[in-house]
Amino acid sequence: MSDRFTRFFASRWGIVLTGAVIGLLASLLQKAGNPPNMGICVACFERDIAGALGLHRAAVVQYIRPEIIAFVLGSTLAALFFREFKPRAGSAPIVRFILGVFAMIGALAFLGCPWRALLRLAGGDLNAIVGLAGLVIGITIGVWFLKQGYTLGRSYPVPASVGWIMPVLMVGLLLLLLFQPQFSEGGAIFFSESGPGSLHAAVWISLGAGLIIGFLAQRTRFCTMGSIRDVILMGDTHLISGVGALVVIAFIVNLIFGQVHFGFAAQPVAHSNHLWNFLGMVLAGLAFALAGGCPGRQLFLSGEGDGDSAVFVLGMITGAAFSHNFSLAGSPDKLVDGALVVGGISTYGQAAVILGILVCLVLGFTLRERFE
Amino acid sequence: MKTVDARGFSCPEPVLRTRNALKTLPAGEELEVLVETVTSRENVRRFALTQKCEVSFDETEDGFRLIIRKP
Repeated sequence: MSDRFTRFFASRWGIVLTGAVIGLLASLLQKAGNPPNMGICVACFERDIAGALGLHRAAVVQYIRPEIIAFVLGSTLAALFFREFKPRAGSAPIVRFILGVFAMIGALAFLGCPWRALLRLAGGDLNAIVGLAGLVIGITIGVWFLKQGYTLGRSYPVPASVGWIMPVLMVGLLLLLLFQPQFSEGGAIFFSESGPGSLHAAVWISLGAGLIIGFLAQRTRFCTMGSIRDVILMGDTHLISGVGALVVIAFIVNLIFGQVHFGFAAQPVAHSNHLWNFLGMVLAGLAFALAGGCPGRQLFLSGEGDGDSAVFVLGMITGAAFSHNFSLAGSPDKLVDGALVVGGISTYGQAAVILGILVCLVLGFTLRERFE
Repeated sequence: MKTVDARGFSCPEPVLRTRNALKTLPAGEELEVLVETVTSRENVRRFALTQKCEVSFDETEDGFRLIIRKP
């Protein structure tokens, strides 16, 4: 029985089904209260968690997002059920941390991770095309490094307790969400009263959707970055068929709910500064490619015991804190008295994106091994 | 038999290492690839099949051992 499931999930239909379910649930989550074109955004939601914990103080983006918790725990359940929970660690953790930091800085310059880029596209936000083009370029550079022998080195089996750190951390976050303790007057835990952080589906809906996605994605290895990488590297269209299904189904469901609005300007939680949308995602794509997985995949891997992916996730959460504390993140387009004010990123944000690309290039050139 | 020990390497390195080893492998010979996770096993297997190789695998103490025969 479990073998038949495993074979199905490894098949083309398995990955297409997973992409379709993610697209469906993302659009439904938006309908149920999540921010526009942000039914799911791994980067944004980790940023919201960083805010809720007080790691940054941007008041409009603070919420402990149950989807992130459930992505990890859904993956843990699937891995345990199918005997794939393998605690492992020790493959260049500090490099993964730095890649996580810069991946987040790049994603927040664009205002979304690859998942949200796809969902923005499915909602008619044409800036997503610019972002996805940047993502493809970033991944292409990463693939070039891989072909030159770039490697993060081996991980090694570790005691079970190491693999459990991330799932247990997520249970801790869930408790903070459910009980909402106030550790000091005016202090953490913070929950946004306005802005994107205040927009969310009911906790049980978010948890349920996240568990389903975590479970399916663990089984099928769904990865947005990997889907593009595999096409460029090997002409392998397996993963990208899932990504395609995600966009198509999300678009159809968005049409049904009236959630599609085509255009570049004044799209929800987005800016139309093309250069920095593009470069932000070049950075994110390169960092994800060098780290071996998109932000979703890193969560799913951390759920099945991969301590190195967990370090990447913590790097992303730290990067979110930097992004908002140092004003690096993008500001959305605004309509002021009917006139469009194009958003974008600050000079500091621009410097951070360029610095991030340079750091990734240095890592790409230096972490090399000649194949035997 | 030539062996690629890809244990502990994450995606897509096991596939890349397999690909590089297959390039220099004479036709009709076998390559042994050691991997740790089901993900790596499936990725390597899928890649080898696209190269029209015959693939079989069995479980080992710490993962899987694939045998790939180059056509």
